[in-house]
Amino acid sequence: MDFQLTADQRALRDGTRELLAGRFGRERLRAAVEEPALDRALWRELGAAGFFALRLPEADGGVGLGLPEAVLVFEEAGRALLPGPLVACQLLAGAVDGVAAGEKIVGLCEAERDPVLWEHPAECDELILVEEGAGRGGAGPGGGLRGAHGRTGGAYRSAQDRVVCAPFASIDPLTPLARVMDLPRAAPLALDAPRLRREAALLTAAQQLGSAARTVEMAVGHAREREQFGVPIGSFQAVKHLCAQMLVRAEIARSAVYVASVTECVLDVAAAKLLADEAAVGNARDCLQVHGGMGFTWEADVHLHLKRAWLRAERWGVAREAEELLAAGLID
Amino acid sequence: MDLTYTPEEEDFRARLRAWLGEVLPRLPAKPAATDWPGRRAYDTAWQRMLYDAGYAGLHWPRDAGGQGATPTQHLIFLEETERAGAPYVGANFVGLLHAGPTLAVEGSAAQRVRWLPPILRGDEIWCQGFSEPDAGSDLAALRTRAVRDGDSYVVSGSKIWTSHAEVADWCELLVRTDPAAPRHRGISWLAMPMDAPGVTVRPLRTLAGSAEFAEMFLDEVRVPVGNRVGAENDGWRVTMVTLSFERGTAFVGEVVACRRVLGALARAARANGRWDDAVLRRRLGRLHAELAALWRLIQWNVSEATGAPPGAGRRGNGGGVPGAGGSVFKLRYSHVRQELYDTAAEVLGAGALDADHEWIADRLSSLSYTIAAGTSQIQRNIVAERILGLPKGR
Ligand SMILES: Cc1cc2nc3c(=O)[nH]c(=O)nc-3n(C[C@H](O)[C@H](O)[C@H](O)COP(=O)(O)OP(=O)(O)OC[C@H]3O[C@@H](n4cnc5c(N)ncnc54)[C@H](O)[C@@H]3O)c2cc1C
Repeated sequence: MDFQLTADQRALRDGTRELLAGRFGRERLRAAVEEPALDRALWRELGAAGFFALRLPEADGGVGLGLPEAVLVFEEAGRALLPGPLVACQLLAGAVDGVAAGEKIVGLCEAERDPVLWEHPAECDELILVEEGAGRGGAGPGGGLRGAHGRTGGAYRSAQDRVVCAPFASIDPLTPLARVMDLPRAAPLALDAPRLRREAALLTAAQQLGSAARTVEMAVGHAREREQFGVPIGSFQAVKHLCAQMLVRAEIARSAVYVASVTECVLDVAAAKLLADEAAVGNARDCLQVHGGMGFTWEADVHLHLKRAWLRAERWGVAREAEELLAAGLID
Repeated sequence: MDLTYTPEEEDFRARLRAWLGEVLPRLPAKPAATDWPGRRAYDTAWQRMLYDAGYAGLHWPRDAGGQGATPTQHLIFLEETERAGAPYVGANFVGLLHAGPTLAVEGSAAQRVRWLPPILRGDEIWCQGFSEPDAGSDLAALRTRAVRDGDSYVVSGSKIWTSHAEVADWCELLVRTDPAAPRHRGISWLAMPMDAPGVTVRPLRTLAGSAEFAEMFLDEVRVPVGNRVGAENDGWRVTMVTLSFERGTAFVGEVVACRRVLGALARAARANGRWDDAVLRRRLGRLHAELAALWRLIQWNVSEATGAPPGAGRRGNGGGVPGAGGSVFKLRYSHVRQELYDTAAEVLGAGALDADHEWIADRLSSLSYTIAAGTSQIQRNIVAERILGLPKGR
């Protein structure tokens, strides 16, 4: 057993970080806040770099890597606050033509969530509905992750022009949202729905982890620079302790997320999502506090991390569901 | 990232499991928590059994009397012994978990030969004489003095909160050997025999009702110079090694034990109807996630402390000595442990008022976890300054 990243994995992580820094740096991020339309050229570039085809077999033109590698890449996407239905496109890369190459953008819609959210409604070329099997549906306790647990459920394509949706003001300026009012199921997709949910939860958790790690850096960077009372605020223990707790949250989440990417076990995924949600939301809040008044402004990026963290925490298994699942897992 | 076990490791696990299945049912009953001599006898007898079966000092180097096993085998050992409900290290805690490892890294060849085998055999018990009445969190403020006199140091001063002092044979003792030097520079690390003339131990009663730690008064105690580990006045560096073992690895086995308790809590809650309370259920579920992640964090720390070339990892330093990442673990673990036993009290309801109940006794002792081995506040300072690089200050 060796629970460290391999040299290849480190190289993949560093390469992804560089790619995103070059193509989605601070300026591009702030431009996207003003104009959240997805950058199709960037999407194709991500496709060409293998972002979506990462896990497709090499014989099918993919990169042939596994879930641990996808998690590292998504962690970087989370750090960079890269917007768009990234999880959906990664999961549907082999199932819907054009997605792997970044030519086509697809969204995933969770049938049991209320409201049924849809990221970037105006820009997805297609919407795929994932639902649980008969008898387990509904938004009741355990809906999201129990779907990951269950053996049934299905995914359906939809005719884009027949989807009825009601856009609303999204809390995350980088992620337009809509409530889906009617989504007629068209052709079923041959996908393993429980697995798809599990992987969606894990990739979402990986993004949360990246965001949590990034806000630690932002807080620490600010605490070193900003002076009050004639010294850097980072020399005040109250500030130090906030930063230390942020690191602890991120590291605990990292252990949980990485391990779930290897075991793919339902309970590990639930724990990973739970702890990563907590790390992303908690760290963004503390980062905001460390930034003081500046943290409350639109200009600082902190709120973007917090809002995206809230959004991700609502998708693919919320805390209550994960906790219930993990509690049930204690009695077997 | 590779979480699979080799056939040798699986084989090791199977043999260990079989051995535990054979010996555990034959163990005598555990002595009462307040019976320290009885507990010493019990704990050291168990250590002797481990030694005779080849399971003592598994991951210690062979030249330190260990088995030279891989860190993974050691983790398997912890998992299996805890899962089987084997006795805890108890009175052997200091020797096995931080004095011994420090001696293995910092001791001379002669010192390793003198002290390590008896620790592994359960023949000798160690205690830790670091804290003083006026030097707890601020350990470098310690004042106990050691004055060189020929081949000996003459030690005078006092120590406090010395766990197991009453039953210990040896003490890892911090003394000031150069009062004129800057505070971190004039300290030395000594192995002091507890039966030396001039050592007085006065037990202190803990809030749990037992006397597991003590005050220690040192009145011109002679300690041979050959008992000094590391160079004279270089004791602070050796101390950092000791503390990194204490914070980084000493509580590792307990995480598995906590998971066992958590499972028992869930079953008890199911049996007494409290399981129907969604708030309680969710707390149990969250603890499940926390303890699982803590165990994975340990695996990660161990992989990095032992395998990674220096600088390659996040936290480890490659030399087999845990890095400051141990503070990350210790911080979260000590709070999770308290949360676990608070939850136990919730499961028990009025039964939580019974101080003799195993979970409630553990609830009381869990209160020390955010204090002993460096308080949570001190751990946060370490994480902020040593890992995150924030400036020192107030
Ligand atoms: C059960 C138990 C067993 C122990 N066993 C041993 C042993 O075997 N050997 C041994 O040497 N010691 C032992 N200790 C002592 C332990 O290491 C000390 O209690 C601990 O380091 C705290 O020191 P203190 O008790 O002097 O508290 P203090 O240092 O006086 O701390 C009091 C409070 O002030 C806070 N504080 C202090 N300094 C700072 C700071 N810079 N920033 C923020 N907050 C601060 C602390 O966090 C704490 O909340 C044991 C303690 C316990 C509880």
